Amino acid sequence: MKLSAAAVGNVDIEAELAAARLPFFKAFGKWVRQQPLGAASGIGVIAMILIAIFAPQLAPFDPVASDYARLAEAPGVEYWLGTDQFGRDLLSRVIWGARTALFIGFTSAVLGATGGLVLGVTSAYFGGLFDLLFQRVMDVFLAFPLIIMALAVVAIFGTGPENVIIAITIPFVPRCARVVRSGALTIREMPYVDAARALGYSHTRIILRHMAPNCMAPYLIMLTTFLGQAILLEASLSYLGLGVQEPVAAWGLMLQGGAEEYAESAPWIAIFPGLAITLAVFAFNLFGDSVRDTLDPKLRAR
Amino acid sequence: MYRYILKRGLLVIPTLFGAALLVFTLLRLIPGDICEMRMAGTGGYFDENALEVCREEMGTNQPMLGQFFSFVWGLMRFDFGISMWTGQPIISEIALRFELSLQVAIMATLVGIIIAIPLGTISAVKQNTWIDYVVRCISIAGIAMPSFWLGILIIVGLLISTNYLFDSPWMPPIQYVPIWEDPVHNLSMLIWPTVATGYRYSAVATRMTRSALLEVLREDYVRTARAKGLWEKLIIRRHALKNAMLPVITVVGLEFAFLMGGLVVTEQVFNLNGLGKLFVESVINNDYSLTQALVMLVVMVFIFVNFVVDICYAWLDPRIRYS
Repeated sequence: MKLSAAAVGNVDIEAELAAARLPFFKAFGKWVRQQPLGAASGIGVIAMILIAIFAPQLAPFDPVASDYARLAEAPGVEYWLGTDQFGRDLLSRVIWGARTALFIGFTSAVLGATGGLVLGVTSAYFGGLFDLLFQRVMDVFLAFPLIIMALAVVAIFGTGPENVIIAITIPFVPRCARVVRSGALTIREMPYVDAARALGYSHTRIILRHMAPNCMAPYLIMLTTFLGQAILLEASLSYLGLGVQEPVAAWGLMLQGGAEEYAESAPWIAIFPGLAITLAVFAFNLFGDSVRDTLDPKLRAR
Repeated sequence: MYRYILKRGLLVIPTLFGAALLVFTLLRLIPGDICEMRMAGTGGYFDENALEVCREEMGTNQPMLGQFFSFVWGLMRFDFGISMWTGQPIISEIALRFELSLQVAIMATLVGIIIAIPLGTISAVKQNTWIDYVVRCISIAGIAMPSFWLGILIIVGLLISTNYLFDSPWMPPIQYVPIWEDPVHNLSMLIWPTVATGYRYSAVATRMTRSALLEVLREDYVRTARAKGLWEKLIIRRHALKNAMLPVITVVGLEFAFLMGGLVVTEQVFNLNGLGKLFVESVINNDYSLTQALVMLVVMVFIFVNFVVDICYAWLDPRIRYS
């Protein structure tokens, strides 16, 4: 059924709908004008993703090959960012490190946010005692600081990329679940959820097909917030020697061995990987902030 | 107020109990027998008897429920059992290092707040001027920069600058001395990790102070104060800042978790023999009983800090007490 302008009085529904259904590139252009910083950081994020994907083509040298004749060499013509204490090209390792950081960052952020989405919606959907108990359980999980929880998980499962992903994902889930739940509580009261129940759809179907897609705003906000945190967390774990293991190129790991020993004679070993972490987290944080500003009207005024 | 403190205090107990249960369960998820792994780890020959002795020592031959209750009972008396790696009582291992970590945590919190409130205030009052932009850049960088990298940069900077100035590279001392015995030695050692961990703290608090103050400055009562010709400094200090502090206190409480995490990594950078380093070592050495105790300790501290923050919040905003 189509509503005409006359049918609803002076509110011009047709025009409202047309405005809401702006062509993609026009809407995108509007967003860029409203969030110039967000757009700039978005370019940074895309650049990083491209660097991560095309690491084998972009890196001038093999990131694990050592040039024993040129250990800890200063940045120069051949090795743009210099070499580390094992004679490995720093530029290539920073480029390959982007792959490790983004792979672990994206996987754990997506897994954590999605897990939180499903759990949060489920909790809001069933409500009552289940919701109450679930909230208390989330409270307990939230009492663990991020890195402490991650370290505890590493203590159980051990090191390596898969376990790092698990270690970063687990503390993310309750954080997202809590935010999604508060949004889902209002969605539960919507007539279409009642309609779906009246049609006899299963709980799973209502939760996944009807409620979860309507919780996209908090989900995306948490997802983008997690990305920066996940990269920082992976770098911290790798720096502690409890994350990704040698000889894989990872930014945190690159700071671990030579950074302090060679602090005086080869400071570039300490500077470039850290700069890469900072820039990556900076771009993702800025991007996340503008996504939040766009999706959360309550915060838009600030 | 006392009613609120009591009510909020009672809420701490189930959370602590749940955390203890979670830590306990997590550690039982480790595949295999802890004692077998420990014996196999040493690489030597071991027999059933030795295993039995070890199990007796760790208490793993008890039923699960009994193990859990003796764990909780131990926690209540601050008896964390013995370390699986060194064989020492865990409480003495912790006591040895507690002072150092506590000092850095307190110093970082103080530095963070002392820097954040004036900076955030200036930034809000002079909104959209160059001062505001500089402060915002500094705080955005502080959130993106990992504290361990800042620590490494401090070390690099110290080594290079002292080598250049005095012809001999200088590193902060490593041996911990309490501040009341030798304050110069103590501070010259701990000021660097304080800066490295406190930077993020102050960055987050600065941003929060700025945005909270900006919001408050738009309130009607501020306009009234201005209209009656009140001195601008007084308006900000007495009227605006007080109300802007509420969200800042929340952030200070939440960020305390990050501070503890930052401490774990920064102690590694500066080679400080604190709780964070002990924690990392316990994970590397598969010292499960020590990991369990330290996670519990951190969680207890965090829950306590959140409790204090909530009390402060209720004290500052009476509406919370009565809702």
